Amino acid sequence: MKKATIQLETLACPSCALKIEGAAKALDGVVKDSVKVLFNASKVKLEFYESKVSLEDIVKAIEALGYEVVKWQTN
Amino acid sequence: MKRFILKSKSRIALLCALLIGAAFASKLMFGKEEAAVLLLVAASVLGVAPIVIQAIEALKVKVVSIDLLVTIAVLGAFVIRNFEESAIVTFLFLFGAFLEQRTLNKTRSAIKELVEMAPQTALKQNKDGDFEKVDVDEVDVGDVLLVKTGAKIPVDGTVLSGEGYVNEASITGEPLPVLKEKGAFVYAGTILDNGTIQIVADRVGEDTTFGKIIELVEEAQDSKSKVERFIDRFARYYTPAVLLIGLVVGAFTRDLELAVTILVLGCPGALVIGVPVSNVAGIGNGAKNGVLFKGSEVIGEFSRVDTIVFDKTGTLTTGVPSVSEKVYYGDNIEKALLYLASIERESDHPLAKAVLKEIGNAEFLPVEGTAVFKGEGIVASVDGHRVAAGNLALMEREGVKISQKAREDIARLEEKGNSLVMAAVDGELKILMGVRDQIRPGVKENLINLKKMGVKDFIMLSGDNKGTVEKVSRELGLTEAHGNMLPEDKADFIRRLTDDKGRVVAFVGDGINDSPSLATANIGIAMGRGTDVAIETSDVVLMNSDFSKLPHALGLAKATARNMRQNIYIAVGVVVFLLAGVIFSEWMNMSVGMFVHEGSILAVILNGMRLLRFKLKKKI
Repeated sequence: MKKATIQLETLACPSCALKIEGAAKALDGVVKDSVKVLFNASKVKLEFYESKVSLEDIVKAIEALGYEVVKWQTN
Repeated sequence: MKRFILKSKSRIALLCALLIGAAFASKLMFGKEEAAVLLLVAASVLGVAPIVIQAIEALKVKVVSIDLLVTIAVLGAFVIRNFEESAIVTFLFLFGAFLEQRTLNKTRSAIKELVEMAPQTALKQNKDGDFEKVDVDEVDVGDVLLVKTGAKIPVDGTVLSGEGYVNEASITGEPLPVLKEKGAFVYAGTILDNGTIQIVADRVGEDTTFGKIIELVEEAQDSKSKVERFIDRFARYYTPAVLLIGLVVGAFTRDLELAVTILVLGCPGALVIGVPVSNVAGIGNGAKNGVLFKGSEVIGEFSRVDTIVFDKTGTLTTGVPSVSEKVYYGDNIEKALLYLASIERESDHPLAKAVLKEIGNAEFLPVEGTAVFKGEGIVASVDGHRVAAGNLALMEREGVKISQKAREDIARLEEKGNSLVMAAVDGELKILMGVRDQIRPGVKENLINLKKMGVKDFIMLSGDNKGTVEKVSRELGLTEAHGNMLPEDKADFIRRLTDDKGRVVAFVGDGINDSPSLATANIGIAMGRGTDVAIETSDVVLMNSDFSKLPHALGLAKATARNMRQNIYIAVGVVVFLLAGVIFSEWMNMSVGMFVHEGSILAVILNGMRLLRFKLKKKI
């Protein structure tokens, strides 16, 4: 299991956070309870299993919603 | 394509405005109705495109968003062929979103500045032993890094070689640069003022002290209070409920205009964003002024504090002994001070350090034949004179004559709780200094300010003896003071205040040996010196151990809590106003509804922004 932090462009509406949270949780391999969208910091923090899903896929899913991803990293 | 449309939202809003303007111009000035309709349709279609995309994307993840309400409303307007309304509503919605984004960025600016202080690059040693510039994310624990003059230290680490002066103000608050030599610990985010050092990385990224501070602030600004969580849950069902109501009203009244108007009016914008905006602006102001709040729950509770309990040493007092009073006897004092400094420089004793700090940098003289008398002081030969520096016992051993006036001075200084340092040159008493752990400057004024803000009782709990505790208490005018207390006694005392007397208690301590009290009190306030323990165990951290930040912290907490309430009133008030408008007035329509709706969102954001400028009035 890996932890990731994804930096997004500035989020403007709290419902954006809901959307992103929903999209991330919908991915197989993402630990559902770990998904945390920091609205003001415009960051997504989550844990995922590399065997099931890659970080690139998660980033793509968020970008598909229409949010620019600035930077991402695992730790 | 989708992303292109979403990215160009602000340009689309501008185009919409131009088209709408052209439409009105052609209708009013040239009387060309058909052209106007065409232009308005174009504006609507263009404007609604990004909104539709957002609505569909949200639906895909099972969220009924505001975008969906607006989309349906615009479609409804199309059906009843009211293109004026559809164009204006889409434009207002897009333009509002643009303004929201701009103003929101402002409210977040304070915290952004803090984050941007984080180091970005590092000079990392590669396999060949050369140093190359890399992104700070690429540094791992154990890597060897080079830091040059003027550069930010990229990670927490230990100095391997070289030496230099490091400005640690961003972590410890100490304004004077500190000398770092081999083996010394350096913090990420501090600046190497001069010199060149090589360090080995001990902690990187979010594990560094600076990283933890940033993480704390970022989590705090997004932490939610009970009210906010309620609003969030409410919003989740509120938007679908509005949609349902709109449909039901439409189905029963067969009045499509009314139904779409309800959809627009029902947008929950200001309510959802009002509280987070106050929160982020308040926390941002704090972060800029050296006060870290751990979330909005903390702000709410802190604003209701009526009792503040203090630790003594290091909190109300500086924690470092310093010279409080000096008395000189006879002449040639300059010389005597120089001799005293030269001798004390050889000693590690806290009293010696206090004396040396008081005298300051001098042209120190060589000291010969030093003899140390344990518990008394030092005798040595300086510049051909026999100099004794120490307490009364040492003076008596040296046969120094103590005049009647000197005896009175000694008694007076001791009465005030000072330790004494005396210096005699060739058997003649020259200098008497009183050294003690002094009350921080300005504490008394700060307490008066806190009292004016509604704090009823100030209580001091200390492990120190009763006499010292009472002296400090009297000097500061505290309500209560208790000495000889162990950390667990303090925690018990606080528990009795909160549980038995129903007080809302804030405890202020240094965060290390006071963690039980910090945890027990409603609000634990740590005078942080950038230590992880202080950051983790407390609810509020006063960076740089700056006591004078306490009134600012309380004032800010109160202002932020008030701001949140105002925003809730504004949001609820607007919804009530709009609903009343639909029922009782003729002039309420989609465009007016959208205008008021976006206006209320901007109103709560602007109201929140006031907190960024919050400052305590100097003299209340």
